[in-house]
Amino acid sequence: PAAPAALRSLPPPVAVGVLHATRPLHTTQQHLAPLPPLPEKGGEVRHGLIPEEFFQFLYPKTGVTGPYMLGTGLLLYFLSKEIYVVNHETVAAACILSVIIYGVKKYGASVAAFADKLNEEKVANALAMKNAAIKDLETAIEEEKKEQWRLEGRSYLFDAKRNNIAMLLETNYRERLMMVYNEVKKRLDYQVAMQALRRQKEQDHMIHWVEKNVVQSITPQQQKESIAKCILDLKALSKSAQAAV
Amino acid sequence: GPLSERRLMDVRLGELPMWLATRDFSPQGLLGAVQKAWSSYHDKYINVKRGGPAGISMLLAGYCLLSYGWSYQHIKCHRWRKYH
Repeated sequence: PAAPAALRSLPPPVAVGVLHATRPLHTTQQHLAPLPPLPEKGGEVRHGLIPEEFFQFLYPKTGVTGPYMLGTGLLLYFLSKEIYVVNHETVAAACILSVIIYGVKKYGASVAAFADKLNEEKVANALAMKNAAIKDLETAIEEEKKEQWRLEGRSYLFDAKRNNIAMLLETNYRERLMMVYNEVKKRLDYQVAMQALRRQKEQDHMIHWVEKNVVQSITPQQQKESIAKCILDLKALSKSAQAAV
Repeated sequence: GPLSERRLMDVRLGELPMWLATRDFSPQGLLGAVQKAWSSYHDKYINVKRGGPAGISMLLAGYCLLSYGWSYQHIKCHRWRKYH
């Protein structure tokens, strides 16, 4: 809060916008294409020492032998005036030069072939990396396209989800409906059972009361009379039964 | 093109003093000239795919000539003849 604001109000550091360079940077157009490849061969040099441009420069005036005549003349002049002095160093230079020239002539081609092979390996490595990178990117593009295609199926996904939710809602609704039905049935059953119980109780009580009164109303006199009657009936019946057998 | 923008090889002999006058002789200018000369030589003879012995042999020959020139006063004492 307070500290960052105070820091922000400070002047910018000196290094901003000042880049120390001995030459101006970014003066030419920005190259968006790869660099041009290296030239195949270097500038033409004759005898390993004198560039071809010198011979071409002298050709119109002196022909083919001009530069050689110039070289011979200069050499003789230096020797005769002893501007070039012949001493022990001349012998040393002659030996060294002969060894160098012999070495270059004999082993030059093989060394060049070796260097070329190294170069080719490097280039092949770089090319392989580039191809691998390109292939990876292409597979990434394929994957991306497939993902985009998969995206089109999201309507089906949402339809399925909607169906699921609808089914859940329906199930829930039916469960609750069932619960309501069960509860109501239980309460109604209770009422019915109560009524049945009451009716039964009333019936039992009434039967019991009627029996009790009937039993009470049977006096002992009536009991004796009824028993005597039953015995007489039985005797009569037994007689008729005996007669039937 | 105008004289100040031409390279040394494109300047004619008569125009040489004028061309030298237009050159920049400050340290940065000299350093820049040396850098340009070296980079043009390097790109022409050394920084190629299939170079040969010419690239360094010319440098070595130039070095030999320079060192002979620097020690000429000493070598003059070893001449074979006094009068040429």
